[in-house]
Amino acid sequence: MQYHSPSSFNEAVAISNSSSGLVKYLAGGTDVLVQLKIGTKSPDHLIDIKNIPGVREISLRDDGGYTIGAAVSGAQLTDHKELSKKWPGLVEGMELVGSAQIQSRATLVGNLCNGSPAADSVPGMIAAGASVSILNSSGTKDVLVEDIPSGPGSTSLKNGELITAINLPKRNDYEGDAYLRFIPRTEMDIAVVGCAVNLSLENGFITTAKVVLGAVGPKVMLAHSAADCLVGTKLDDNILSRFSAKCSQIAKPISDKRGSAEFRKDIIGVIAQRAARKAYDRALGKY
Amino acid sequence: MAKDELAKDFKYIGTRPNRPDGYDKVTGRAKYGADVAAVGMLHGAVLRSPYAHARITSINFEKASKLDGVKAIITRDDFPVGIDGDTLNLLENTIAGEFAYYDGHAIAAVAATTVHIAKEAINEIEVEYEVLPHVIDVDEAIKPDAPVIKNNARDFSVPEGSSPNVASYIEFGTGDIDGGFDKADLVKSGRFKTEAAHQGYIEPHACMAQLDHDGQGEMWVCTQGHWYIRQMCASVLGLEASKLCVTPSEIGGGFGGKTTIFIEPLALALSKKSGGRPVKIVMSRAEVLRATGPTASASMDVKIGITKDGYLTSGSVEFRMQGGAFGGSPVSEALQCAFAPYNMPAAHHIGYDILANRPRAAAYRAPGSPMAAFAVESLIDEICTDLNLDPIDVRLKNAVKEGDKSSYGPKFKKIGLIETLEAAKDHPNYSISLGDNQGRGVAAGYWMNHGGETSVSVSLAEDGSVNVTVGTPDIGGSRASIALMTAETYGIPYDSVRVNIAETGALGFNEPTHGSRATLASGKAVYEAANQTISEMCQRVARKWQIDPDAVFWENGYAKPAGANAGDFSPISIKQIASEMDQTGGPIAGHHEASIRGVGHSFGVHIADVEVDPETGRITVLRYLVAQDAGRAIHPSYVEGQFQGGAVQGIGWALNEEYVYGADGCLQNAAFLDYRVPVASDLPNIDTIIVEVPNPDHPFGVRGVGETGIAPPLPALANAVNAAVGARLRSLPMSPGKVLKTIKTGEDGC
Repeated sequence: MQYHSPSSFNEAVAISNSSSGLVKYLAGGTDVLVQLKIGTKSPDHLIDIKNIPGVREISLRDDGGYTIGAAVSGAQLTDHKELSKKWPGLVEGMELVGSAQIQSRATLVGNLCNGSPAADSVPGMIAAGASVSILNSSGTKDVLVEDIPSGPGSTSLKNGELITAINLPKRNDYEGDAYLRFIPRTEMDIAVVGCAVNLSLENGFITTAKVVLGAVGPKVMLAHSAADCLVGTKLDDNILSRFSAKCSQIAKPISDKRGSAEFRKDIIGVIAQRAARKAYDRALGKY
Repeated sequence: MAKDELAKDFKYIGTRPNRPDGYDKVTGRAKYGADVAAVGMLHGAVLRSPYAHARITSINFEKASKLDGVKAIITRDDFPVGIDGDTLNLLENTIAGEFAYYDGHAIAAVAATTVHIAKEAINEIEVEYEVLPHVIDVDEAIKPDAPVIKNNARDFSVPEGSSPNVASYIEFGTGDIDGGFDKADLVKSGRFKTEAAHQGYIEPHACMAQLDHDGQGEMWVCTQGHWYIRQMCASVLGLEASKLCVTPSEIGGGFGGKTTIFIEPLALALSKKSGGRPVKIVMSRAEVLRATGPTASASMDVKIGITKDGYLTSGSVEFRMQGGAFGGSPVSEALQCAFAPYNMPAAHHIGYDILANRPRAAAYRAPGSPMAAFAVESLIDEICTDLNLDPIDVRLKNAVKEGDKSSYGPKFKKIGLIETLEAAKDHPNYSISLGDNQGRGVAAGYWMNHGGETSVSVSLAEDGSVNVTVGTPDIGGSRASIALMTAETYGIPYDSVRVNIAETGALGFNEPTHGSRATLASGKAVYEAANQTISEMCQRVARKWQIDPDAVFWENGYAKPAGANAGDFSPISIKQIASEMDQTGGPIAGHHEASIRGVGHSFGVHIADVEVDPETGRITVLRYLVAQDAGRAIHPSYVEGQFQGGAVQGIGWALNEEYVYGADGCLQNAAFLDYRVPVASDLPNIDTIIVEVPNPDHPFGVRGVGETGIAPPLPALANAVNAAVGARLRSLPMSPGKVLKTIKTGEDGC
């Protein structure tokens, strides 16, 4: 195995394109290094992107949105007061990943590229309408986060393609997001189900809604029809129970060691309902 | 010391000094199993079966042996033949012969110059298997069409017509069972099931071994009992026991799981085959979960009769326990504990030890007692609910006390169950008001404790400080406890005592630190050995004073004249006596060897408060109280630690710990990520009450305290969940999916 530490994204992509065998990009390493150690993946080339200038920075763009570098850690996100205030749901999703030690290394991009349908930070990014900047040998392109996961453990990224940053849209008043997951313990578990909700309000009425379900299908999924239940409402109990039933209906989970399909279908509705309530309260500025 | 003279006022006992091993452990200097290294050391790795049950048709390690750096490869062919009985089971579990009996069963092992080469070599060994049908569940294993795991597993006790997967049968009882049920106003019965649980020690098994063709060997190992390691390794390898010297490392938890062999004989055999080079093997967590421990899984039927005012009239149990592919589940202990807290006019017990394609069960904290408590204490709670009786009052009405004959035979000496129940009842936790979806559960538990073979020595250093040498590895603070008892016996400061854990050559045979015995048994033996040296010191002082030895007595670190008639002499300190040893007869040392008896049974009562999320089935433990009889708390902090640790392991077993097997019989959750022991944030502070009803058979009143605490949490939490949301789970673990199903359907999970 060869370790590379390029000083620019272009150099990283060039190394990737000129290397043979299994090539992995390395940011925080909280997935890659574990896979390497237990022997599930043995890369021939590891390309560490952490030393590329700007890759660990969070910046406010001219259009009012944030750009988050590919190697920004979970702890950096949490520490960024403005971003945390505007996107509490996205930040709390990332914050659920691992312990304090893991948080100081783990990244949003890594969580996304790992391709897990149970990834805690991905539903929040999709609900936020975030996109990623992808660099390949022919240049840069912008792709929505929702188009990256393609199945359990896989992504739509082509060989050599590198995500350089995540772009969040501008945040307006009366908008709020939330992410909740269900785990049997309080820490250290992988989500049995997860749900992110992002809402915009006008006079208390929901004008736009995005609902994203995790761990109930082969990939993190947008639940359009569930989101449609919420639009035009003030989220009363009636609406919430319809919304909950819809989420359960959409979910297509499997049974595995973390929970049965039946249980997952049951509780995705419960968790989604609680996430919607939380996002709604945040949009109203309650907390 | 006569029994009625148990002292109550102590200078050192009952204080909380820092533990002698504390500094090393917090600075990282303490040497654990994997910290040992030697010049020329090789690294071992183990090839394990990927099948739950298979015939091994061939093993080809030609490719592996050609790898640069590979120094030895062993299979069953490198072990002696002609072994039978329990030793054969030990050997079979150490390394498979014709059959692999469970996912993770060792097939072959490699020693190489690096860990990486050893692991690479493992992957190059070619094994052909003929996959056989397997069975995992205890009830499935005794169905008529279940795969037969071994043709000759059953012993003489098994009744005709039983499943061939029954290894042994036990039945005992007392009184008129049917008459007792006739007298009852309420007779209730139920079936209960518990999953296997792993001991979950934080330190994986690790050892380094050296054995040459002269048959002399050495081993450094993380274990609860190095004489057991010596005995077992010697028997499966055909060595003379005394030729093998075993040194224990510090130990990062054992809970019973480190009282037997796994990798140790493999390391010795690899060392021998590589020409005597030291070989180190360290298990991964996945290996620990697939191939070591756990305790048994159980399926249990219980029937209890009671009068309407709460007096038990009769009880019967049938326990079926699966302890892996070699038998050895703790079904007999489970039966003994089942009704032990209560005066049962009639009690009947039946037990089956059953084989399944799972790892060989190892001891786990109060083996068998938690399962029994779950079944019996859950059913008693159901009865209390039906009759609208207070659960502590019912237990008080039926509680055993001094002089009562236990449900399994022995007559109780002084015991503290009533005092423990009263202490729990008086604690504020029993009366705090509860909110919606919150409930309180009560349960009692029992462990008989163990004394066992013990050998210790004590010697005076030339400056009057004292060296104590014991053979029981310090897992839960026993160095501190033994040092306190030594300090108390001599009347010298705690800091002037050093407690060493010696290798096998230094003392006579010692059983492991198991059965809650280290502080009790090594402590009692050290007391005897210390008194030998005190008597020797008094004799030397008597010679100096030229008076009768009986006229010298020992007090607070000084030899003193026994009274005015003895003469007018200034007391002589231990320091002075020690400094003159070479002039007065040479070294002063004492030793004591015995099978320690008079263990002092320990009862515990737990009160758990939980909140259940009725929409997800998730349980939060709000409050938790452990009350337990410690006899005498030598070092109260470590007694509390044992109470809390037992409670936490019981909580894990009750809530989320579970072996998840696939349809192929392979373990799917061989990692702490998915084998869910409680994490710190899952738990409230575990409140403790140390009840002290001194054990009359111990010089300081000690009872073992390590094990009882794991039994009550299983039923206490199930009882609390029922109180919270009216869902009675008769099957563990109470994972959210199961709880939600019970809430929705009323099914009990069995």
